[in-house]
Amino acid sequence: MARAVNTSRKSLNTAIAATLGLIMFFPVLWILILSFKSEIDAVRSPWQVLTAGWTMESYGAVQERSDYFKHFMNSVTISLGSTFLGLLIAIPAAWAMAFVPAKRTKDVLMWMLSTKMLPPVGVLVPIYLIFRNLGILDTRSGLVIVLMLMNLPIIIWMLYTYFREIPGEILEAARMDGASLREEVLYVLTPMAIPGMASTVLLNIILSWNEAFWTLNLTAAQAAPLTAFIASYSSPEGLFYAKLSAASIMAIAPILIMGWFSQKQLVRGLTFGAVK
Amino acid sequence: MATKASRAAARLMIAPSVILLLGWMIVPLSMTLYFSFLRYNLIMPGDNPFVGWENYYWFVTDPSFKAAMVNTLLLVGGVLFITVVGGTLFALLLDQPMWGQGIIRIMVISPFFVMPTVSGLVWKNMFMNPVNGIFGHLAKGMGFEPIDFFSEIPLLSIIGIVSWQWLPFATLILLTALQSLDSEQLEASEMDGASWISRFWFIMLPHLARAITVVVLIQTIFLLSIFAEILVTTNGGPGTATTNLTYLIYVSSLLQFDVGMGSAGGVIAIILANIVAIFLMRMIGKNLDA
Amino acid sequence: MGQITLNKVSKSFGELEVIPPLDLEIKDGEFVVFVGPSGCGKSTLLRLIAGLEDVSGGEILIDGKDATDIPPAKRGLAMVFQSYALYPHMSVRKNIAFPLRMAGLDKAHQDKKVEEAARVLNLADYLERKPGQLSGGQRQRVAIGRAIVREPAAFLFDEPLSNLDAALRVGMRLEISELHKRLTTTMIYVTHDQVEAMTMADKIVVLRAGNIEQVGSPLELYRTPRNLFVAGFIGSPKMNFVSGPEAQKRDATTIGIRPEHTRVSTDTGDWPGVVGVSEHLGSDTFFHVKCDAFEEPLTVRAGGEVDLKYGDKVFLTPDSAHLHRFDREGLRLP
Repeated sequence: MARAVNTSRKSLNTAIAATLGLIMFFPVLWILILSFKSEIDAVRSPWQVLTAGWTMESYGAVQERSDYFKHFMNSVTISLGSTFLGLLIAIPAAWAMAFVPAKRTKDVLMWMLSTKMLPPVGVLVPIYLIFRNLGILDTRSGLVIVLMLMNLPIIIWMLYTYFREIPGEILEAARMDGASLREEVLYVLTPMAIPGMASTVLLNIILSWNEAFWTLNLTAAQAAPLTAFIASYSSPEGLFYAKLSAASIMAIAPILIMGWFSQKQLVRGLTFGAVK
Repeated sequence: MATKASRAAARLMIAPSVILLLGWMIVPLSMTLYFSFLRYNLIMPGDNPFVGWENYYWFVTDPSFKAAMVNTLLLVGGVLFITVVGGTLFALLLDQPMWGQGIIRIMVISPFFVMPTVSGLVWKNMFMNPVNGIFGHLAKGMGFEPIDFFSEIPLLSIIGIVSWQWLPFATLILLTALQSLDSEQLEASEMDGASWISRFWFIMLPHLARAITVVVLIQTIFLLSIFAEILVTTNGGPGTATTNLTYLIYVSSLLQFDVGMGSAGGVIAIILANIVAIFLMRMIGKNLDA
Repeated sequence: MGQITLNKVSKSFGELEVIPPLDLEIKDGEFVVFVGPSGCGKSTLLRLIAGLEDVSGGEILIDGKDATDIPPAKRGLAMVFQSYALYPHMSVRKNIAFPLRMAGLDKAHQDKKVEEAARVLNLADYLERKPGQLSGGQRQRVAIGRAIVREPAAFLFDEPLSNLDAALRVGMRLEISELHKRLTTTMIYVTHDQVEAMTMADKIVVLRAGNIEQVGSPLELYRTPRNLFVAGFIGSPKMNFVSGPEAQKRDATTIGIRPEHTRVSTDTGDWPGVVGVSEHLGSDTFFHVKCDAFEEPLTVRAGGEVDLKYGDKVFLTPDSAHLHRFDREGLRLP
């Protein structure tokens, strides 16, 4: 099916695509470069920036001035916490809907998705007031709960589509082979579902890590994850280009790498299976 | 395939999710609805009397509401246009044979994984700042007067930033859809004498139509809620030049502490999002049957 | 032992009755084939016996004991699925050993039985591979191996050959028949392919819309089909059906004559006609002949060397000893 294409055509394609790719990627590349420059060099013209000497000082400065590590750990706690809490609740639901479908299963699934369509700003006031009255404003556990609820429909949905791909005959075979429900889940279902669960976890960590509505509105100094921490640079401090770059690179690097590995799952997770 | 015993167990397993999501939906929603009919301001303690449609009236007649609606529309429309057209072109390009496709694809999709606050600040300072930004340096190098993006073309600048973030999403989805196109279909049309343009127009575009619709609907849902990019770059200004509906509601509820007004805005935002959601849900539902 | 009895077994999905109450007796050691067009309920019937579906009415006896409410694993039956249903994350060895592991057999015993099954099925060299690395035929053998090691009272096969290509299918057909001769265990085999049914079965059960149309040995079904449906379903190429004056002459609404029971001649015979398309198989030749007397062309078999051209005039003569007569309801007349 694949056809031989002449080399000059292929070179042209590569050149155009590489140029456009570089343009898209340039902002990330540029802050990577700036993060290794001194504050004075970072605001010079692009050519002077490139030729200036390299230094790691900004990375150290970010931690010293603002306790970067605390915010990084907040991001880790919040994204991992909400993802795994969500997984815990979603796995049984997705399992049941995929393998014991009832007449209403589809409706339930669609309704769950519809909760994801709710604009967060529509419930900003009540959530803010509830959080204030419960005293969980600016706490990590509060954010874990909100982000878990935000992403629960996506987690259920993704797990459901992965579970559905496990052929029913295999589970029947296990039952014929004498496996109890527990053994069926343990020896057959779980090993087959692990890749799907891993993708689900990955995508949800990415989504929670980058979530920038609730994290900005429900946190202050204590529980602020990186999204909110970086936002504090919008004050005149943003003029410290090298430090802003260093902080940004540290904030996006882990998720960027995870993202590269989860391209396919991203499509499935964000289109709810409407595009395959 | 199911037996009776498993049915009951299944219901028990689904219950926690349903209860949580139901609570997550119903409790705040009904509170928003309730507050939107009260005169309720956090800095003015005392009774919160029922005032009927007053909040809606003031929210809708405020000139900044009209501005916010226009800005929201321009923002959503502008970004959709750029990402769908750009995404289609990118997808067509990336579908061609080339070297290093994996690397190029990674570069193209990377912006999607950059958190909104970072991309807002990076574009604002490192690129669009008239004194120290790259665009400023380039303009000066070529002898032009640098543009002060956020005071001269604030909304356009935000559209640019948001498009940069969402172009990868459109590209990725359209590329996935394009790759599922049966190559024999294209070969058949080639045998039938179709030129490259007619092949794109009559075969590829209809095949992509569904994916494009999905991109438009999903992006609209997310774009209606754009918030962080505005917060870190312009704070909605100058004036209300970059205030969208989400930001306006944020301002009235968390900056002016007017719970009633903010809630009325929230209800309007929910209605707007639901109009889009209905279409999206229908498409997803159809796919579920297949 | 593997004697299975169905008493008034029926199955409905909601309002829809897919299997009206039916009785069936399967003797120990028999090779029984359920055959019928798709949607006839043959797979559902097999799944009822397996216990993968609950019956809506009636009872299933296995070796005389009521098994209706016994879960699938406890019925002592083994099943080979259409998709093979191998566990993709386990090696061939682990796949075959899985039922033994579930039964709590010790490791040494497991290994011994797996090795033995692998030897019988020519899988000894592949034991450490994953199913994804095997060909279709090998996967099929692994699925059979997983069934064999349990030493079940009966094997259930659900269209096991439908995912294989034609050549492999013939080979596996022989292997399964061979296995049956060697193990002499009851086998119930579901297929839509009447050739598989004819070549493998001791007893064929022809199903249509959940009803048993006829039960009998392959030759009984071939010689005395009980009705038009069975007559048309068993035998290849299909039996020719003729109605109208020629049928009335023989006191029937419809008469049926198989291609192999019709003589072709160029000079004399009962039904004059014109040769249409001919299919040369080498050993036989099938002619499609348009007779003056009938609307539809008839298919006839002649020797491999007979060479007639498109448009040649011929005469057909049915062999009256092998003529099948059917009444208005489509039932066989004596």
